Amino acid sequence: MENINFIYPEIFIAISILGLLMVGVFKTNSFNLVTKLTSFMFLITIPIVFLNSTVSMKLFSNNYIVDELSSFLKILILGSSAFALFFTDQYIKKNKLDKFEYPVLITTAILGMFVMVSSNNLIGLYLGIELQSLSLYVLASLNRDSTKSTEAGVKYFVLGALSSGLLLYGCSLVYGFTGSTNYYVIAENFSADNIALLFGLVFILIGLAFKISAVPFHMWTPDVYEGAPTSVTAFFALAPKVAGFGAIIRILYIAFGNVFDEWQSILIFISVASMILGAVAAIGQTNIKRLMAYSSISHMGYGLAGLATGINEGVTASVIYIFLYVVMNIGSFACILIMKRKDIYLENIRDLSGLSKNHPLVAFCLTVMLFSLAGIPPLAGFFAKFYIFMAVVKADLIILAVIGLVTSVISAFYYLRIIKIMYFDPEQEKFDPISSKGVKISLALSTLLILFYFLNPSILNFFVNLASKSVQ
Amino acid sequence: MIEIGLTHYLFLASIIFTIGVIGIFLNRKNVIVILMSVELILIAVNINLVSFSVYLNDVVGQVFTLFVLTVAAAEAAIGLAILVVFFRNKGSIHVDDINSLKG
Repeated sequence: MENINFIYPEIFIAISILGLLMVGVFKTNSFNLVTKLTSFMFLITIPIVFLNSTVSMKLFSNNYIVDELSSFLKILILGSSAFALFFTDQYIKKNKLDKFEYPVLITTAILGMFVMVSSNNLIGLYLGIELQSLSLYVLASLNRDSTKSTEAGVKYFVLGALSSGLLLYGCSLVYGFTGSTNYYVIAENFSADNIALLFGLVFILIGLAFKISAVPFHMWTPDVYEGAPTSVTAFFALAPKVAGFGAIIRILYIAFGNVFDEWQSILIFISVASMILGAVAAIGQTNIKRLMAYSSISHMGYGLAGLATGINEGVTASVIYIFLYVVMNIGSFACILIMKRKDIYLENIRDLSGLSKNHPLVAFCLTVMLFSLAGIPPLAGFFAKFYIFMAVVKADLIILAVIGLVTSVISAFYYLRIIKIMYFDPEQEKFDPISSKGVKISLALSTLLILFYFLNPSILNFFVNLASKSVQ
Repeated sequence: MIEIGLTHYLFLASIIFTIGVIGIFLNRKNVIVILMSVELILIAVNINLVSFSVYLNDVVGQVFTLFVLTVAAAEAAIGLAILVVFFRNKGSIHVDDINSLKG
């Protein structure tokens, strides 16, 4: 029990959830208060996580791990969720989503994600994933008077429940044939000759691929992104992906680390399929949230390409990639939240036409984001892809690198199309003035980080190197 | 009389699991049927876990089953709640009526 202080962040979040629920129940119209308390709680939790960030502790008989990787990902999860709550304040009020459950559900999802990235046990992994997913199903259908939002909730729920079932079936097979749910024991007892174990491995991979929306398990992503309220979509695009990556890194590199050859080909397939589909299917889209969904699918493909290498550089590159992906998405969704005319939020790409004349600064920021998403130097997105391809080439997966380069050229087309619409298409009526401080600050911060990342990439790389060493 | 062994239980679980998965994909009628199929999948997993637990003489499998049962109950509750909200908007829970998001 002397190590209990290493799970203070989780305990603190769990207790705050109870407290926030109490505040919400006993005080009417408590959305503002609960949101403030939640943000305050994020601010306290980040330093608590940071204090443990240099240790590598195995807790509860090796079933829960707090190390540099989990601390890095937890800070990223907390930070991105804080932004997702911070820059959507106006949107939430305008669309009557200001119920106190909203920040509470985000907090429960975060608790689930914390368990996902730290768990060293199949039971912990499953419970973390379920806590996260159940909160996300409700968040997707939060706008309960809208057909689209509730339909997004139904679709997300059905496919999410199916994927949890597949993951669980895989867990049961792996447990039965290795005799334990602990990753270390699984790694010791996993023999690649046992066909049932390979089935279990595949089922677990399918379940996790579903959660980060990698092809061929991506069907829910565009619909849910489009149907859910934009504030929720922004959250979906940020934190759950980070947590999913954390869980995948841990289970593949620790539990299944000895049978690398068995899962490498699966991961290469998933990654190639995600990159290709993300690039091709986004071309015809007219709704910008749907476009972001396909963009996130293709980015997950690049992230998985780094993991498919099986070398330390690959993991490092993936973690850097997911960090910069989160920053780029914060910027992009801040721009989407600016698209508002006559107090109505717009989602069509055509609505951006002539943006450069009305709002030159916003147009510039969105251009930076889109160039970075497309991977054009010297922006941060280029470095993210560069590290991935370096690792992939080093692991002798030249074909994967070639496909990645080709698909990133294809996907540049639809990013550039938006820039063309902003700069060369006829002007439209001005957007409403940006009244939300959150949008302004997040957009400015993310643009600055993406623009000037190239000046000193080694700061981020130093932290990520520390983090990714802990799974080797 | 044949001896009922681990293989039989695993076989039974795999059949129930397959019925559940097929039920989700082939069902064109009602979303409630999908919820039942999801429950079938979880039941199959529970059979797996319990039989492994007995076979390995290890209690972890049964503990896992208890967790799965709890989560399954929560999942069904949330699924039905979402379905009720959907029904209020659309007036139907026919699978073919879940069609306003496309592209």
